[in-house]
Amino acid sequence: MREEPLPAPPPMVRLRGVSKTYRRGTVEVPVLAAVDLTIDAGAFEAFMGPSGSGKSTLLNLISGLDQPTTGIAEVAGRDLAQMDDRELSDWRAAHVGFVFQLYNLIPVLTAAENVELPLLLTPLTRGERRRHVAAALELVGLTHRVGHRPPQLSGGEQQRVAIARAIVSDPDLIIADEPTGDLDRKAAEAVLDLFGVLHRDLKKTLVMVTHDPHAAERAGRVHQLDKGVLQ
Amino acid sequence: MVPLFYNARSLWARRLSTGVTVVGLGLVVFVFSAVLMLANGIESALASGGDASNVVVLRKGATSELVSGVERDAVRILTTDPEVASGPDGLPLVAGERVVLLTLPSGGTQAMNTTARGISAESFAARPEVQLVSGRRPRPGTNEVALGRSLVGTSPEATLGGELRFAQQRWPVVGVFAARGGAFESEVWADGMRLGSAFGREDFSSALVRLRSPAQVDAFVKRVNANPRFTLEGKPEPAYWADQASSLATFIRVLGLFVSFVFSLGAVLGAMITMYAQVATRVAELGMLRAVGFRRRSVLASVVVESAMLGAAGGVLGALGALATRFIHIRTLNFQTFAAVSFGFSPTPAILLGALLFGTGMGLLGGLLPALRASRLSILDALRA
Ligand SMILES: Nc1ncnc2c1ncn2[C@@H]1O[C@H](COP(=O)(O)OP(=O)(O)O)[C@@H](O)[C@H]1O
Ligand SMILES: [Mg+2]
Repeated sequence: MREEPLPAPPPMVRLRGVSKTYRRGTVEVPVLAAVDLTIDAGAFEAFMGPSGSGKSTLLNLISGLDQPTTGIAEVAGRDLAQMDDRELSDWRAAHVGFVFQLYNLIPVLTAAENVELPLLLTPLTRGERRRHVAAALELVGLTHRVGHRPPQLSGGEQQRVAIARAIVSDPDLIIADEPTGDLDRKAAEAVLDLFGVLHRDLKKTLVMVTHDPHAAERAGRVHQLDKGVLQ
Repeated sequence: MVPLFYNARSLWARRLSTGVTVVGLGLVVFVFSAVLMLANGIESALASGGDASNVVVLRKGATSELVSGVERDAVRILTTDPEVASGPDGLPLVAGERVVLLTLPSGGTQAMNTTARGISAESFAARPEVQLVSGRRPRPGTNEVALGRSLVGTSPEATLGGELRFAQQRWPVVGVFAARGGAFESEVWADGMRLGSAFGREDFSSALVRLRSPAQVDAFVKRVNANPRFTLEGKPEPAYWADQASSLATFIRVLGLFVSFVFSLGAVLGAMITMYAQVATRVAELGMLRAVGFRRRSVLASVVVESAMLGAAGGVLGALGALATRFIHIRTLNFQTFAAVSFGFSPTPAILLGALLFGTGMGLLGGLLPALRASRLSILDALRA
């Protein structure tokens, strides 16, 4: 028994025949068509494609912000189509960290308070939360900025705060939709370096949409999306 | 839970609209609590009249002396009751009194209604609580009057040595009396016969009967009510004044609560508009919270709580404003007797707590619809905002 190889771990993301159609009044707008996709746990994968090709829609289906019109979307071992809004909320809190193009930090909260938000959904005590927040901010190199509010930070710093927020609750999956789209070269490199750390050292699964070939280079695999079809 | 300091700071971040809304809510809470304090003040001002040994005798069914009539014969019969106390002169302490309404000038072109009490020889002796503070009692058979203390200064002539004019006659003020803050302090006391003829009133309005002790009051009241020789009813004097006070206080309370209710609709609307604006400017933040895993219910609660905070701030502001009215003393019409009475606002812990709850409740109500909208936002639409 001992010599037998361990069974392969289940994939983090498994999409089978997933399609998405939006309805605008009476007009149906097909956005994704019959997508099959498997992303292994611990992978770092990037999606590229022209604007409007359905990249964000695909990311939203993977992260449980949206549900497919047809097909099966299994992520982190759960069939997302079977869950209601409340279950999806709890599932996202437990399994997904988000990094948005425009950071989506709360301007009236300090960096530390912003990072702490996802922990408020866990049973952690105040002291434990504080320790997790400090560790996350240290990882992104912003220990000296804990008390600053977003308007007092540069774009690059804000995105690093957002990354700290995405990892603070230790999710399996990090979802990033054009995380460097609003940053200059130098800040973008810092963010991508951090993604490298999350991938290599923390063994996170990273799924990223980007327009930037430099960013895509960091990923283990790059998918092309065109008019809702995965190449 | 979305942390409360997020709500507090978001309100502070838009302090102009927050401030205006809080002031609006505060005004309503101010009206609400000031009116309740006023009704309270009226009750304690009027209800403090009356002596435990005294009975006011009125015509059966009359709610106040002003609408009552008691015949001279009936007053004579009352004096024969064995339990009636005697004065220093040995005569029974039964005072037939005529009560009329006067209009006195009150500063410039203003006029105010005042109760005038036509007294008899025993009126002062039967009311130990009424004490002269200056001057002397009016002499019987003259137009001399004594003023209740709170009328002094209401017009230039309303003072010791002044001369009132009413019923086309002159009435010199020869004395000022106090009555432990009770209702008599807002009355003009004059000779009963002179006042009666000036106003064409033959009969007495009421009879005041002083008994040997408070213990006799109930039995005496029963004897009066049951006596077939007249259709009169007796009321312990403190109860009579308490009734006078409570009908006015109730009237003010009902009116005040109605006005507060109408105003509160406006304030709730104000809170609603403010919270809709808060939600609209923070759509992206709310979308992020939902994405990160906060449930619809948490977002709903967060907006409602924020609105309740707005209301609580208004409640505190309004209650503080109402407390400041403690330093105001006012006089107004007693709608029961149509006479001016003087009183202040008297706060109680219950009123202040009520003010806070009222403010918080208005905020909460105003926040419901904006909260519902916030909780129903599509996450994707919100994140795109
Ligand atoms: N909620 C929606 N309702 C209608 N159409 C939508 C909605 N969301 C996205 N779309 C459409 O779907 C297409 C793909 O959008 P998106 O996934 O955001 O593209 P990308 O991220 O690749 O630029 C676009 O044509 C867009 O207009
Ligand atoms: Mg997109």
